[in-house]
Amino acid sequence: MRTPSIACLACLDWGESVVRVSDEVRRLRKRFEARAEESQIWDAVQLARHPDRPYTLDYVERLFSDAFELRGDRAFSDDEALITMLARYHGQTVVAIGHQKGRDLAERTRRMFGMPHPEGYRKAIRAVELAERFGYPILTFVDTPGAYPGVKAEERGQAGMIARSVLAFCQASVPIVATVIGEGGSGGALAIAVADRVQMQENAIYSVISPEGCAAILWKDAGQAKKAAFAFRPTARACLDLGVIDTIVDEPSGGAHADLDASARLLDTALRQSLAEAEAIPPAQRRAMRRAKFRAMGVWGVADEPTNQDF
Amino acid sequence: MTPIEVNVERTAGDEGGGRRHPNTCPSCRSHFRDDELRHSLRVCAQCGHHFAVGAMERIEQMLDPGSFVEIGSELRAADPLAFVDLKPYTDRLLDAELATGLGDSLVAGSGKIVGRPAAVAVMDFAFMGGSMGSVMGERFCLAADLAVARRIPLISVTASGGARMQENILALMQMAKTVGAVDSLREIGVPYISVLAHPTTGGVIASFASLGDVVVAEPGALLSFAGPRVVEQTTGEKTAPDFGRSESNLRLGQLDAVVPRRELRGELAKLLVLFSPAEDEPTGDNEPLPQTGSDENPVDRVLGMFGLGRKRG
Repeated sequence: MRTPSIACLACLDWGESVVRVSDEVRRLRKRFEARAEESQIWDAVQLARHPDRPYTLDYVERLFSDAFELRGDRAFSDDEALITMLARYHGQTVVAIGHQKGRDLAERTRRMFGMPHPEGYRKAIRAVELAERFGYPILTFVDTPGAYPGVKAEERGQAGMIARSVLAFCQASVPIVATVIGEGGSGGALAIAVADRVQMQENAIYSVISPEGCAAILWKDAGQAKKAAFAFRPTARACLDLGVIDTIVDEPSGGAHADLDASARLLDTALRQSLAEAEAIPPAQRRAMRRAKFRAMGVWGVADEPTNQDF
Repeated sequence: MTPIEVNVERTAGDEGGGRRHPNTCPSCRSHFRDDELRHSLRVCAQCGHHFAVGAMERIEQMLDPGSFVEIGSELRAADPLAFVDLKPYTDRLLDAELATGLGDSLVAGSGKIVGRPAAVAVMDFAFMGGSMGSVMGERFCLAADLAVARRIPLISVTASGGARMQENILALMQMAKTVGAVDSLREIGVPYISVLAHPTTGGVIASFASLGDVVVAEPGALLSFAGPRVVEQTTGEKTAPDFGRSESNLRLGQLDAVVPRRELRGELAKLLVLFSPAEDEPTGDNEPLPQTGSDENPVDRVLGMFGLGRKRG
């Protein structure tokens, strides 16, 4: 139906048209809302990948004192896409683990754009074990497009190492808080994101595959990334609604890159709160409670007649 | 059984397997009737190629007849994101259920292998590429719960392209959820045996499937985090023909064994014996363990020559 112009509104038969106009208004409003959500999702995708967005080391610098980087997996090499460190946070020692993208091209190349090889995850496991030995809380910062999908990474057991990292985080009895600060890309992100409290910055994204990857597979066209992002909603809001995260961390207006110090202050407030909550769980119950927390994730229905009952 | 040789006309794009009849062997092009394939455990009688096996048929192959009891069969995927790509997710689910007769990509339950009980979780690649969504994750956890409650080993057989994109973040969380289930087995010392079938990739191999106390694979299966196409497209690297295959994974230390399908039941039975307590002997009415012939213990052979014998087990 065509929206009537103002001029012709006066000469309409009102009884029926009011209904038709209000229907039209409702439909338009719905479309605007959908458009607004769509553009908000795409804004988040772009802000999460903004080249000036604060990375793990930017927060380490602002939140911690006496940071000492733990390097190397003690087996093969040091993967600079994932960093681990001992640091003081509000007077107590913590183990910090985070992906690290690079600022300039040289650093980005060295850090593989924040995409770890198996060595990175082996180093993370080493850091979790260290935290466990001394009872230090673990704070993780998630920011990766995904684990590196290269031949060498595969040969050295990328999949198995991600699985073992997830397991190490499941088994730890120390408090763990994970924060998605940029891109939470797939298994490479989840490998360090199993925690007692999971937070996400307002414009961070968290998804099972990149919008481009999803579009390439389901739409058979990577150019449909925007459509894919809208369909699978990788935003903090959606993750909170689905029960995957506990807290959304505010960012300064314009996004985290607009004011690094303000972002760090906002993150600090949320992190202290979440860490306090994680520390309040009795240590003997933490492993079971963390397991139960993730066990509850998922949505399903129940069929009336199971199809293969008579097998 | 006699395989029927057929001449399959080679057409452009045929190499991709897209237009091949499902019962035509992709490596030697022998063609079989479905009952022949079923009888040969869906292994090509000519060249040994392993065809895909549906979850229910796999359970038939692996477990003692009539011993399987399914759990969680009533669970069905919901559509939390109201996801639509070229087709609505709900339509894809319906098509998959009609095509496979399964409610989702994993069948869970319990059964016996040569008289020994085990919890089982078997995946079906035909159901949306064996993708891992909420129902698959929950059913795996139900099988693990059962293993914990009865203190019996868990056996999983995986065939999956990875996480189910239509459930996005909830699908990703199934990785954490299923690993948590493996952790609950480890906590109390219940064995977990993971069998990797073609293909096991993405979120499934990057979670529970890699965490078996023993991990075995079928011959020629693609087992990798990223598939060869993704590797080539993302990194520009060339992949070798054996990239990610079972045999390379064995060589690279990622597997305990490559087990041909005909030997799988026997090897699983052996592992169930090895993981059972010393005094827990199978009762007399169980059928004996399948013998692989040449694997006879040399000590027994020598003793046999002198008319002596050790008591078995």
